[in-house]
Amino acid sequence: MSSHILPKRVYYTIFAILLFCTYLTVQIAFLDLGVLNTVAALAIATFKATIVVLFFMHVKYSTRLTWAVVLGSVFWLGILLALTLSDYLTRVWRTYG
Amino acid sequence: MSPEVAHAEAHHPALAHHFDSLEQQSEATTLGMWVFLVTEVLFFGGLFATYMIYRNWYPDAFAAASHELDVTLGTVNTVVLITSSLTMALAVHAAQLGQRKLLMTFLILTMILGAVFLGIKSVEYYHKFVEHHIPGPGFQFEKEYVRHAQLFFSLYFVMTGLHALHMIIGIGIMLVMLWWSWNGTITEEYSSPIEISGLYWHFVDIVWIFLFPLLYLIGRHAH
Repeated sequence: MSSHILPKRVYYTIFAILLFCTYLTVQIAFLDLGVLNTVAALAIATFKATIVVLFFMHVKYSTRLTWAVVLGSVFWLGILLALTLSDYLTRVWRTYG
Repeated sequence: MSPEVAHAEAHHPALAHHFDSLEQQSEATTLGMWVFLVTEVLFFGGLFATYMIYRNWYPDAFAAASHELDVTLGTVNTVVLITSSLTMALAVHAAQLGQRKLLMTFLILTMILGAVFLGIKSVEYYHKFVEHHIPGPGFQFEKEYVRHAQLFFSLYFVMTGLHALHMIIGIGIMLVMLWWSWNGTITEEYSSPIEISGLYWHFVDIVWIFLFPLLYLIGRHAH
């Protein structure tokens, strides 16, 4: 039925990359990189999530409408986080005014 | 020939009347599942936003509280969940090829891995209970962080608890899928129930992919 049947090796490759990224993120967490610890952790997590979405969830091979919905979720999540931060991160500014 | 028979021969039994073809129906179900997942992204997004604000306000307390979590169990559980995503992907693959026995095997493996994840999670919860790290009157922690560490543990229990609830629902969905695979509802032509169940399972995996570093790994280097 489904138009795109991926070869099994794609799944095994993604699985191996996910395991390696898990190893990497744990190792990096034990180094003291200051702010970069959080940046690295989130960058690795975002990368892992992206390959899960593209390959395990077949979005790479889905219709444009599906792409729009998937990107929409990221966009609205971005609004939620960015507008929330724009409030909380700027509250301290009052002390300079 | 009666009208019913003519009707039954006209299209696949799984094809609903308002769709032209199984192909179109499958695209619609995939899209519908993704729209549901968007609401899930924003549902968990609210919790992630809460986490972000409190961690920003009390970074030291959050780092100290995070240090109390068992990073080994957390890592093992991450591996278990990623492996369950692989078995789920392989289940979808088997469904698409109409390999019924393989499909059922991978569904069962996915459920077992999901149960292992929940088992390890409950061991962790038990440890937190013994260590008095459940927020409330009995909460015990280093004196300077005792108030704000409770915020961390409240978020820890709510976020991992809701994630675990999604896992339990996921295992329930897999049981239905196993039943449908066994009784022949799922065929090579009609595999979309397995595919969209897979989307749900992978989504739950993605939530954990973010929960793991944010809860277990922050401040790991500082103590």
